[in-house]
Amino acid sequence: MRDFSYSRATSADQARQAAIQSGAMLLAGGTTLLDLAKCGVFEPEAVIDITHLPGFSDIEMDAAGARIGALAKMGEVADHPAIRANFPAVSESLLLAASAQLRNMATVGGNLLQRTRCPYFRDPATFPACNKRSPGSGCSAIGGVTRNHAVLGTSEACIASYPGDLAVALVAFDASVDLGGRTVLADEFFLTPGDRPDRDTVIEPGEMIAGIVIPASPAAKNSTYLKVRDRQSYEFAAASAAVGLELEEDGRTVRDIRVALGGVATKPWRARAVEQALVGKALDAASVEKASRLAMEGAVSHGANRYKIELAPRVVARAILQMGGLA
Amino acid sequence: MTIMETRTKQGDASDGALGGRFSRLDGKLKITGGATYALEHPVEGLAYAVLVQSTIAAGRVVKVDTTKAEAAPGTLLVVTPETDLELKVASDWYGNRPDDQPYHPLPREVAFNGQAIAAVIAETLEQATEAARLVEVTYEETTAVASMDSPNAGEGKLVDQFNIAWGDAEEALAASPLRIEAEYSTPREYHVPIEPHGLTARWDGDRLTIWEPSQWTHGMARSYAELFGLPDENVRLLSPFIGGGFGSKAAVYAYGAVAAAVARRLGRPVKLAVTRPQNFTSYGGRAATRQTLELGANSDGILQAIVHRGASETSTYADFPEQTSAATPLMYAVPNFSSEHRLVPANTVMPGALRAPGKNPSAFGLECAMDELAYAAGVDPVEIRLRNYAEHDPQSGKPWSTRQMREALAAGSEAFGWAKRSFEPRSMRDGRQLIGWGVGCGTFPVLRAASEAMIRLLSDGTVEVVSGAIDMGQGTYTILAQTAAEALGVPVGQIDVRLGDSSLPGATVAGGSMLAGAITGAVHKAATAAREELIGLALNDANSPFRDTGANTLTVTDGRIAVPRGDGPSLTVAELMSATGRDLIETRRNTLPEADQGPEGHKRAWTTMTAIQGPTAGDYSMYSWCAHFVEVRVDEDFGTIRVSRIVSAFDCGRIYNPKLAESQWRGGIIMGIGQALLEEGLVDGRNGRVINNNLGDYLVATNADVPHIEVISVGIPDLNASVLGGKGVGEVGIVGVAPAIANAVFHATGKRVRDLPITLDKLI
Repeated sequence: MRDFSYSRATSADQARQAAIQSGAMLLAGGTTLLDLAKCGVFEPEAVIDITHLPGFSDIEMDAAGARIGALAKMGEVADHPAIRANFPAVSESLLLAASAQLRNMATVGGNLLQRTRCPYFRDPATFPACNKRSPGSGCSAIGGVTRNHAVLGTSEACIASYPGDLAVALVAFDASVDLGGRTVLADEFFLTPGDRPDRDTVIEPGEMIAGIVIPASPAAKNSTYLKVRDRQSYEFAAASAAVGLELEEDGRTVRDIRVALGGVATKPWRARAVEQALVGKALDAASVEKASRLAMEGAVSHGANRYKIELAPRVVARAILQMGGLA
Repeated sequence: MTIMETRTKQGDASDGALGGRFSRLDGKLKITGGATYALEHPVEGLAYAVLVQSTIAAGRVVKVDTTKAEAAPGTLLVVTPETDLELKVASDWYGNRPDDQPYHPLPREVAFNGQAIAAVIAETLEQATEAARLVEVTYEETTAVASMDSPNAGEGKLVDQFNIAWGDAEEALAASPLRIEAEYSTPREYHVPIEPHGLTARWDGDRLTIWEPSQWTHGMARSYAELFGLPDENVRLLSPFIGGGFGSKAAVYAYGAVAAAVARRLGRPVKLAVTRPQNFTSYGGRAATRQTLELGANSDGILQAIVHRGASETSTYADFPEQTSAATPLMYAVPNFSSEHRLVPANTVMPGALRAPGKNPSAFGLECAMDELAYAAGVDPVEIRLRNYAEHDPQSGKPWSTRQMREALAAGSEAFGWAKRSFEPRSMRDGRQLIGWGVGCGTFPVLRAASEAMIRLLSDGTVEVVSGAIDMGQGTYTILAQTAAEALGVPVGQIDVRLGDSSLPGATVAGGSMLAGAITGAVHKAATAAREELIGLALNDANSPFRDTGANTLTVTDGRIAVPRGDGPSLTVAELMSATGRDLIETRRNTLPEADQGPEGHKRAWTTMTAIQGPTAGDYSMYSWCAHFVEVRVDEDFGTIRVSRIVSAFDCGRIYNPKLAESQWRGGIIMGIGQALLEEGLVDGRNGRVINNNLGDYLVATNADVPHIEVISVGIPDLNASVLGGKGVGEVGIVGVAPAIANAVFHATGKRVRDLPITLDKLI
């Protein structure tokens, strides 16, 4: 690890100013920064510690929805009564992420900016080619071990999957990311790789996540996050689904449904085709299973990750059926 | 007193005598942070070494440009294949050593991706880490064999010593009305001890002190001595606490040689911590294996023939066979048998011993195949094992010393409720969860070795048990205190155990599940001698109150010396020592035969594996045995497998401390869950890199993956196996777990998955 300067930001504005400097990085929980610095992926020249900024850790709830400060810890948000009551999928996505130790350190703002777990991205000494690390250098993952790589939203330049859980739930419920000067829908905050895999999000130099805004909705209140993986704890999703469901008075016709996928795409993946196929229809197992397959429209596999194309719709279907009381 | 005499028991966990459920004496130190692990040992004036590893799998280091690394702040030294570290090749585990051959721990020839090829030593760890990154290596790459499964790997070379045959297996197989044939494979697996490898090396003149986690202080001290051409006694290796070894910490590796050599060159103590990713290639894990089993049986499922062809991956520069036939010829009575094993070289670090080497993958093949045979014959999987019960060792022809395998199957079945199992696959479910019950058996040989121990009775009544043996969590400290308490007749609380130092009395390796049997024998012998000396002192010393009692022997119970009839004086050990003016009784005893009592015999016994006796060395065949019963729940849509219940029954002979033995069994079973469902070294076929070289991506079982595990002991004392009647405990626990889980998955789903780990993608 090379030497870097460390400073503690005294205000959000000062942090943003400092972060504009080339080689500067913000430090919140540090769980990604330290990890990737040890891997040799991050080589900050200046680390600006924002953990002491006042007012960025609050969790507030009113009739319109929740506002979560960027510096709130993953564990705090997961356990917050208002979040649990109004956004079960958000709480569950956090509880199923990482480990207890990491959740106690990591912030939700930092969690959104978590980088991919692609092993080729994480090993620059052995695999110099990585378009996400250095644009134009190539992709080592294609032709390599791809069991955990994305099948949706990939490009010839990058097949790395987005690793997070929280953002999947946020995308499902039309949450926004407050960047200080502007607010961006979570779905638009994240970018597919295209020919610029180095850009994971729309965040610009000098911008800093201030908080997350999640609008309240009946679907969000009746929601779940289903995460499927081989290990029961501390593993990234093989496939996951955030699902929220609101039924009409008849108890079977879909008034509103939200579906987003994790573990299978290059960004948190909203499956609007699945939602459109089910909204206004009566909920039954056959139609749910059929609609869930629409989530894989455009999916492309690279060898060992082929199973995700089969698995992901089953995860979506199970989550919807669970929320509809049919599983 | 006889060896097996048992003392009055308190009947609870406070009972320190041998056989009592005594908690780990080192437990409190460990959970409160008071146990000092090797790299935590404070040493003045340290410099820090960081390894540079190769990023290609095969070829040659053409050039190492150290200019930038040497110019980096804090750099003290950069060593490369160009540097002559002035080392000599040390002996192997069996004491074989080429004459005067130079050793290059940073070789120019690259044999695997992740091989140490340079090291940087700097004032701080951070400086050394950064400078190591600045070392620029130019390679001349050659074609690599990334793994044994690579198209260019070939079929490998036959290992003659593993050709096992009796009867005419091929003919009997062809004539069998019931035949099954299947191929089973296991991937590269790793030890992943939570304490990573590393060491601190300090020179004082021509004396070398090493702080390094070690399963064998004497063996490794000798290796360090030989590397530097020193007399053995000039090297002291300290390892009082070890954060897990599992077979990986019984040898000196290249990084150790580098650290000690640069410490000598710099004239400064050097600490070298192998990083977690580097741990995956600084020493070998369990080799990948594949094996084809053909079983022939009559229509009742009685075995007529086994034909077995196995192979394991090895390195291109040295061989380590992971013998796929280690359990195959032992488990069942079979009149015709043939087995072969091949080694397939690939560009990998030489594989090593990982908990139950050989027996583990061997049992995976055989125990899955027996399940397949049970289903072909329409016979219950427990019943087919009983029908083929081996009444004696089929391979050696010798009688078993003890084999409580029927008892294990019976006790396990009973506790598990196996009788309620439905035979048909996919016949049990709970909603979307398919439920399956599987059984798998295991074995591990009794290896016997000698050891030495010292007992010191101090004037305050404290008893010291002193040995160079180690405790890596299996409970050596505790059972040695119990052994000494039992033999001496003093409470455990009065006993201090000192271990993990090569300058202390000799001990065999903590491997092959043999240390407990070896070292309890030596401690018992030394403690018995100390007790005799204590009684002799009481009876004969002019100032002893017992002198005139007319007694010709005395009792020592709960730390008090008394006359057997109980009407004479009663003194504590301290009181007697004080009355007689003695400040020390010291006895040092070993369990070597008379012929090996000279210095050469001692050296052979404590620092090589040549004096170890195998399971059939005497008149009997001696093994530990187990049977695992597993329930799994498989999500039929997702293919996810959760182990929901395990009952395992063990025959490990006499158990010195049930609490600790149970803990070791459970540890082995938990490791088996990881092996069955999660663990796999993922190798990039293009450059032989193990890409999941960290704890986030190489998956071992977490607490959430571990169900309630009930363990049952069905063993009886086996006095052929060890002085006190125990057989090996540490390794047998993992053997048979993976096949029991695989068989349960078959029962749940109707699908045979024959390649580990059984991940969800293989079931959907």
